Amino acid sequence: MAPRAAARLELLGFTKVFHYHAGKLDWMAAGLPTEGENAKRPRAGTVARNDVPVCALTDRVGQVRDRARAAGWDAAVAVNDDHVVLGLLRSAELDKDADQPIEEAMRPGPSTFRPYVPIKEMADYMTQHKLESSPVTTSDGKLVGLLLRSDAVAQAEGCPDCVRKMI
Amino acid sequence: MATVIDRDQLQDLVAQGALLVEVLKAEEYQEDHLPGALSIPLAQIDRETVKSLDQEHPMIVYCWDAA
Repeated sequence: MAPRAAARLELLGFTKVFHYHAGKLDWMAAGLPTEGENAKRPRAGTVARNDVPVCALTDRVGQVRDRARAAGWDAAVAVNDDHVVLGLLRSAELDKDADQPIEEAMRPGPSTFRPYVPIKEMADYMTQHKLESSPVTTSDGKLVGLLLRSDAVAQAEGCPDCVRKMI
Repeated sequence: MATVIDRDQLQDLVAQGALLVEVLKAEEYQEDHLPGALSIPLAQIDRETVKSLDQEHPMIVYCWDAA
């Protein structure tokens, strides 16, 4: 659609027309702000907790477990140096052998969600699929935060009109 | 032919004063649009709707995705 709009504008005499090829989806997937009716409603990216503990693949389970639980968490996210999500550790993984490397203990390649997904949709999806938590990432895989189902459900109760389907 | 740009280039151009135009339907614009963007749906682009715009001013158009 945008290429046709650009061509039309050039035909009408506009001389410096640019086309943002990846479009609004790319912008929103990067977690950047928008304006409009939906911008006021909670979404995955705004409800996700960005203080979730992170760890490296070479860390040990015991070390990560102690750090996470001392901070009040029962989960951690394995990331690389660029903060790209590589794996997820929930309670069961954190309870594994303390000397085991994170790379062996984690759930590799967890399902991730984009920041723009309406919270009502996230709550429904997480409930239906029995997900206690899910990483929220930008389109290039970088961690935004960990969305807890309890947070999503609580926020969704105040957002009955989050209508667009995005999962 | 329009110059294809990415997100970083868009932000640079907007910082330099480029005009952002969403060409999706008005309903979609009302739900979400990039900060500061105008709404000119594709079907409504004609001499009348753009007559107030400077033809020499940089303008960035976008829709939903690359499809």
